[in-house]
Amino acid sequence: MNDSSQNTFDCIIIGAGSIGTPAAFYIAKSGLKVLVIDRYPSVGQASNKHAIGGIRATHSDPAKIHLGNRSLKVFSTWETEFGDDIEWQEGGYSYVAYDQENAALLKALILEQQQHNLEISWLDAPDLLKIIPKLNPQDLLGGTFSPEDGSASPLKSAFAFHKRAAEADAVFNFNETVVDFISEGSRIKGVVTDKGKYYSQWVINAAGGWAKPLSKKIGLDVPVEPDSHEAAITEPVARIFYPMIVDMRKRPGSANFYFYQHPTGKIIFCMTPDPPILGTHTIASSDFLSKASRRLIEIMPVLRHIRVRRVWRGTYPMTPDGSPIIGKVNGLDGFILAVGMCGQGFMFGPGVGQLVSHLVLNELDEADKIILDNLSFHRKFESEEMLK
Amino acid sequence: MPHNRITQHPILEIPEKQTIEFYWQNQPLQAKQGETIASALIANGINIFGHHPKDDSPLGLFCANGQCSQCLVLVNGKPVKSCMTTVTPGISVMPADGLPDISGLPDSESSVYQEGIKEIIEIPVLIIGGGPAGLSAAIELGKLGVDVLLVDDKSQLGGKLVLQTHRFFGSTKAVYAGTRGIDIAVKLSEQIKSMATVDVWLETTAVGIFEEKTVGLWRATDNQYILIKPEVLLVATGARERSLPFKGNTLPGIYGAGAFQTLANRDLVKPATNLFIVGGGNVGLIAGYHALQAGINVVALVEALPECGGYRVHRDKLARFNVPILTSQTILEAKGKDHVQSVVIAQVDDTFKPIQGTEQEIQCDCVLIAVGLNPVDEFFHKAKEVGLTVFAAGDAAEIAEASAAMFAGKIKANEIAQVLNLDVPEVPEQWRKFETILKSKPGEVQPIKQQEIHGDVFPVTHCRQEIPCDPCSSICPQGLIQIDPENIRALPEFCTFDGKNCIGCERCVAICPGLAVTLVDFRKDAQHPTVSIPLEFSKEYIHVGDIVPVTDIDGQVLGKYPVVSMRTLRQFSSTLIVRVQVPAAIATDISGIQLVAGWDRPASEDEKYLEQTDQETIICRCEHVTADEIRALIREGVRDINQIKAETKATMGSCGGKTCLTLIKKIFREEGIPLETVTDPTQRPVFVEMPLETLAKNQQEDVE
Repeated sequence: MNDSSQNTFDCIIIGAGSIGTPAAFYIAKSGLKVLVIDRYPSVGQASNKHAIGGIRATHSDPAKIHLGNRSLKVFSTWETEFGDDIEWQEGGYSYVAYDQENAALLKALILEQQQHNLEISWLDAPDLLKIIPKLNPQDLLGGTFSPEDGSASPLKSAFAFHKRAAEADAVFNFNETVVDFISEGSRIKGVVTDKGKYYSQWVINAAGGWAKPLSKKIGLDVPVEPDSHEAAITEPVARIFYPMIVDMRKRPGSANFYFYQHPTGKIIFCMTPDPPILGTHTIASSDFLSKASRRLIEIMPVLRHIRVRRVWRGTYPMTPDGSPIIGKVNGLDGFILAVGMCGQGFMFGPGVGQLVSHLVLNELDEADKIILDNLSFHRKFESEEMLK
Repeated sequence: MPHNRITQHPILEIPEKQTIEFYWQNQPLQAKQGETIASALIANGINIFGHHPKDDSPLGLFCANGQCSQCLVLVNGKPVKSCMTTVTPGISVMPADGLPDISGLPDSESSVYQEGIKEIIEIPVLIIGGGPAGLSAAIELGKLGVDVLLVDDKSQLGGKLVLQTHRFFGSTKAVYAGTRGIDIAVKLSEQIKSMATVDVWLETTAVGIFEEKTVGLWRATDNQYILIKPEVLLVATGARERSLPFKGNTLPGIYGAGAFQTLANRDLVKPATNLFIVGGGNVGLIAGYHALQAGINVVALVEALPECGGYRVHRDKLARFNVPILTSQTILEAKGKDHVQSVVIAQVDDTFKPIQGTEQEIQCDCVLIAVGLNPVDEFFHKAKEVGLTVFAAGDAAEIAEASAAMFAGKIKANEIAQVLNLDVPEVPEQWRKFETILKSKPGEVQPIKQQEIHGDVFPVTHCRQEIPCDPCSSICPQGLIQIDPENIRALPEFCTFDGKNCIGCERCVAICPGLAVTLVDFRKDAQHPTVSIPLEFSKEYIHVGDIVPVTDIDGQVLGKYPVVSMRTLRQFSSTLIVRVQVPAAIATDISGIQLVAGWDRPASEDEKYLEQTDQETIICRCEHVTADEIRALIREGVRDINQIKAETKATMGSCGGKTCLTLIKKIFREEGIPLETVTDPTQRPVFVEMPLETLAKNQQEDVE
């Protein structure tokens, strides 16, 4: 392990998750020598595997719309290009409105989103019910429908990204934990792990919910606070609906609720806890199942006839404004942040991976620059994400 | 329609039950009041309940325990587990062919939100599981006045005891040895009822343990979801059966022993005519004997080891009925188009690899897999993870006999009392020693020894293997059968002393759980003594005057002799004592009667051509993942089972890896990968699927 050529890389990525794995793929594919370090035994074992699989370009922030669009392109063409089935399903997204407030908000956003060439429209209740016939029609005003959004399997995607990155000679060191950084003046030159030292030109922090304590080791305060969300999955049933349905109503204990039907027929459902539950909890809580089941039946009553199969909990690395932090850090050469995905690491993964590879290779285009500007570590974190 | 019901049974009463009508694929069928849909269908000869959405292969009953969803059917359009749903008059049952279409079901919200607020219930002790361990612990805690809630997912207490029609081994004083499992269940249940501080919820399934140290319970009796926060949790969830990978292993008609015994002994349904058994441990041997008692032919039993691992006396019960016990052999394949029709077996070498050229096909219509048990330990581990004080007792802690489970329950109850700061003495060291004896494995089988003659009338104990068991010794009114009370594994010795002699009461014959005590009586005729032989078969099959074949302990027929009288002792009503008159020379060698009871002998010779099943060996039977798919990933370098899960969905199905996890590990071992280098998948609630509607009803209204 002390052979310097073995321990020297062009790029070290900390975290083999939603971001680190596709980033490794794109960077290694360009011919650079990449090392990925992760403390878990295999790819995607921290937060990636807890994601429910939704992928959309339907955001309110232009940078995120860009990242979403780029990622969608990768997910939707992956199987054709590489032959790996990642369970891509172009089911669309539908934000539904049962009150005037949400209807007005969604309609206003559509105008903005359309300016960014998003395929999205407003459907009044009768038209929406044609697409989602089992939606509770009572008080339904309508909803957005963006047919090009969809879903894929986080588990299978991580597996595929890892496989292809390894084929491109990226090295993955699992069961290994980064404990410190090696720096010289303002330049980061590598990392120290519980097993050895590694040197590189670039170190990318893609440590998700653990990005903050990791960055502290070089004295950087990254405003990423993890909170936890839970999700559950039902037994499979024949196809009822396709889109990811998002219900933005607040309910006691939850800020919103969203669910979709997986290609295998199972319903996957999730909600944003209100107030947020801070920390990196992964053990299921006592009251999620009841609350979420009630919301699910409220919005699609026919689902009361089936059973829940399993429940799980994962980490949302949140930033103050609900948008990721991506890019270089002033005064720290060779260090790149790709953190604070706010629960959208899976859906942004390939887009962020491409962006980071452009950054490392110094091949940024105009769109990249806009994204990096918007998602800079040095921004003021004042705006608010409308579509969580 | 065939009528696969057991109409007479030597041990079990056949209750009179009302017949009700229901519909299967729009055809009327008859069911018995209170029975499950699965049992009613099998009683009507229907074994295929649906087809798998992934590959359209036939599905039928498998676990009979609500753990998987192989037995899914549609009742009035709604998908239900047929093994856990009782028949009600007039229901329409349809096969679950592919994914169930629920879009036509009523989609009103109904009364979902009518329920009020539900508090989390706090209680000193929660016991999950009302089997031997849980019941004993609850009784012991009840005696100490501790408030206990005991939950069990079945409609009666006793756990697997209610399926055990045989007399139990162990200690008579401590754990009811010599009493039938079904009767022990009743005794323990009655004691529980008298405990003022013990509350019992039946048909209540524990579904998960959560961050706040709560246990989620689904109570089916009133369809409630309830959260309990115990100070101490006792996990007495018993065991689950190991599965075995072989080609065709998901064909309907292949069961674990538990499912088979549930059908035959609980529901009095005959799932087979010709049964083939894999596994010569106690579970396989006993299940074989139960099958014979239920009038089912046992075509053979295979055991991969050179000797059966179960108690010799259990093995001998089968040998006595001429059941071929094929050691050093294994099953290679189950054949049949949509129901098992035959199995292919082969001899194995020292490394358990099948030897080519030794294959043999055996006709059967049912295969029983009894290849060992694993603890149901997910509740224990999750409780540890969340920091809930937890104990495990019985098979949930360590696989052993029910007698050991009962004793362990008692010990754990005392440990729990200590944790609760009750003023109870420490568990005596003697108890722990005794528990170790009860858990111990059987010893070496001794050769048949020449039996001594002890006067005119005396018992002959045919047991020749050390097992923890003492009923013969404790029942003898003269105290003439001796077993070291400090070590009840020792073989019994008959000796006369203080001028006391055997009075020929035959109680030792009736009580022996191994059916391994006979009584030889020379008093009437010194040349032609009678031998009293225990028989647990219906009187219809044997009559005074019949000339019956008698066997030695190995099942060898020693000759045919007349039955001179028969009786049953009041205390042991379902054991027939048959007296056969035999020549003096062989009297002490005789240990059993070979009876051809109401079953047919093995179907004859002419080998029918059977269509080869096209199923590859399925490892994950919920998601239909094959051994090859898993092996390929292991060869690619995958060492984290979470990745196998991610890529194949193995362990992600209805049962959540309860069946396939050990099989996946077996493939790792086959590939030469040490299991220390393999990462286990994460275990998540809910451990048993439960209705969304029931959960939603529990939703607590937060004050806004």
